[in-house]
Amino acid sequence: MAIFENLSERLQAAFKRLRGKGKVTEEDVSEVMREIRVALLEADVSYKVVKDFIKKVKERAVGQEVLASLTPAQQVIKIVHEELIELLGGIQSRLTTAPKPPTVIMLVGLQGAGKTTSAGKLANLLRKQGKKPLLVAADIYRPAAVKQLQVLGEQLQIPVFAMGTSVSAVNIAKGALEYAASHGRDMVIIDTAGRLHINEELMQELQDIKAAIKPHEILLVVDAMTGQTAVEVAETFNAQLGIDGVIMTKLDGDAKGGAALSVRAVTGKPIKFAGMGEKLDALEPFYPDRLASRILGM
Amino acid sequence: TGYRKPDEEFFEELEEALIQADVGVTTSMQLVEKLQKICKERRIEDASLLKDVLAEEVARILGEEDIELNLKGQPFSVILVVGVNGVGKTTTIGKLAWFLKSQGKKVILAAGDTFRAAAIDQLEIWGNRAGVEVIKHQEGSDPAAVAFDAMQAARARKADVIIIDTAGRLHNKVNLMEELKKIKRVIQREVPDAPHEVLLVLDATTGQNAVNQAKIFGEAAGVTGIVLTKLDGTAKGGVIISIKNELKVPVKFIGIGEKMEDLRPFAPQEFASALFDRSDAKEM
Ligand SMILES: Nc1nc2c(ncn2[C@@H]2O[C@H](COP(=O)(O)OP(=O)(O)OP(=O)(O)O)[C@@H](O)[C@H]2O)c(=O)[nH]1
Ligand SMILES: Nc1nc2c(ncn2[C@@H]2O[C@H](COP(=O)(O)OP(=O)(O)OP(=O)(O)O)[C@@H](O)[C@H]2O)c(=O)[nH]1
Ligand SMILES: [K+]
Ligand SMILES: [Mg+2]
Ligand SMILES: [Mg+2]
Repeated sequence: MAIFENLSERLQAAFKRLRGKGKVTEEDVSEVMREIRVALLEADVSYKVVKDFIKKVKERAVGQEVLASLTPAQQVIKIVHEELIELLGGIQSRLTTAPKPPTVIMLVGLQGAGKTTSAGKLANLLRKQGKKPLLVAADIYRPAAVKQLQVLGEQLQIPVFAMGTSVSAVNIAKGALEYAASHGRDMVIIDTAGRLHINEELMQELQDIKAAIKPHEILLVVDAMTGQTAVEVAETFNAQLGIDGVIMTKLDGDAKGGAALSVRAVTGKPIKFAGMGEKLDALEPFYPDRLASRILGM
Repeated sequence: TGYRKPDEEFFEELEEALIQADVGVTTSMQLVEKLQKICKERRIEDASLLKDVLAEEVARILGEEDIELNLKGQPFSVILVVGVNGVGKTTTIGKLAWFLKSQGKKVILAAGDTFRAAAIDQLEIWGNRAGVEVIKHQEGSDPAAVAFDAMQAARARKADVIIIDTAGRLHNKVNLMEELKKIKRVIQREVPDAPHEVLLVLDATTGQNAVNQAKIFGEAAGVTGIVLTKLDGTAKGGVIISIKNELKVPVKFIGIGEKMEDLRPFAPQEFASALFDRSDAKEM
């Protein structure tokens, strides 16, 4: 199965098998769809998302474009590529800003996804845009989480609001807003503790923070290496919290990043940024066409 | 009636359940084919019986090797912990230190992640929790030098085990993988047969990329065992089946939470049963 490196090779091979049979038929297209299905699943796109996607692509592919084409493999790849980009949405790296500052951004997600690092990167990016960010250490659970954010703040020379680990995250967030108001900080970026979407107590904590400070942007931070569980995670965070967008991290690795499709498909929320490394300048706009090509191995 | 027939629809659902557990398409299809064969051979009419057959098959793939840690090193054993960013290396080290200490071992930790912000502080907190000594240098210093110092300390204090933390690194970054080799070389200058274990930490929420991680860390660092973390969530970590199938590296421990006692020796049978224990698998 894994003989072919990427989807285009696979499809070319599939169509080669069909050559000499004359006209490409609808069944032939089904055969090719099976190859696409495998490629998407191997890229970690969610099973259910793949199912819907294949249906849609097939509908387009059995149209005249492919059947009549002299290069059916190329045609199918083109359709798949276009549909992938469509599913991933446009480039939307903008953040909502509050009519009256400060704009409050809250980062949430599973353990180890890259929230704290992304908070630092985002602060760095916003400062480059002329903003005055404030980082907020609201992870009171992970060992040395506060210190981690403080070190990043120091490296960036951006202030970090912290109250230690014996004050509730809600009170830290509230305190941060007061601090921002009195110190002229116009962007407040809140780092929260990593948590499992099934942890009710910790999901409640996020709801409480949201209720208390009404953030303008809740960004779900998702590791590009995430597998099938991405769907459930994104669905739950979105249902319980209402996310506004996604940051995909660790795209500097060699994971295909199919989780992006899943997250986008189930939440409908845009992927706003891509994490491209551990350094604090490694945050980029998210380019759907690049990810689509990456999934297809192009 | 009373039971469900193992028909085509059943096997399709089974394949779906496997893929959703991150087993991967190829391995899922192989498992289903194998099951279909067994089904014919043994003339199985009741699909519910197949669940156990499959669990056995998976447990067989996962469980052939010894999961015991090699702690026979002299004068002490060295465990090197590696993996990509954020998978749970430092936390696992904290848990493992406590686990070994409660077996009467004298443990020393080496703060070999000198790169990530507050990684040293994080390990120190774990050292305090577990009640074991942590050898550290300044942030930004050479990780191999920290490992070397920890070896000296272990010798002086007559420790049984040292566990070396390393910075998270993506396996496609060649220079970072080279750094691991350097750490190993320095360790081996002190104790030639060290490290006695190289544990690769994998996050159970990771999809098919974990196969690449295992391959490349395996080549660069000579991985001897896997720790599969974050199994307390809904992720099944099924990719481990492909990894074991291809690379024969045993899973030694699993992480099931963020607390010190949330580390367990790997139990293939339990893991295999949990793979199918989801609502999508309907009447299986
Ligand atoms: N290569 C790479 N590493 C990243 C990226 N973003 C974060 N990391 C690394 O991933 C690891 C985890 O990042 P953190 O920012 O601590 O993640 P977190 O979500 O705050 O973790 P918890 O607070 O424990 O839930 C660290 O080693 C980061 O340096 C990225 O885009 N690329
Ligand atoms: N739920 C759960 N969380 C875990 C488990 N193991 C680790 N974590 C969490 O995952 C996050 C990352 O863990 P770390 O130990 O910092 O991971 P790491 O691999 O050392 O990260 P880097 O050094 O940044 O590469 C932390 O929030 C941990 O508390 C586990 O078994 N279950
Ligand atoms: K992760
Ligand atoms: Mg954090
Ligand atoms: Mg660490």
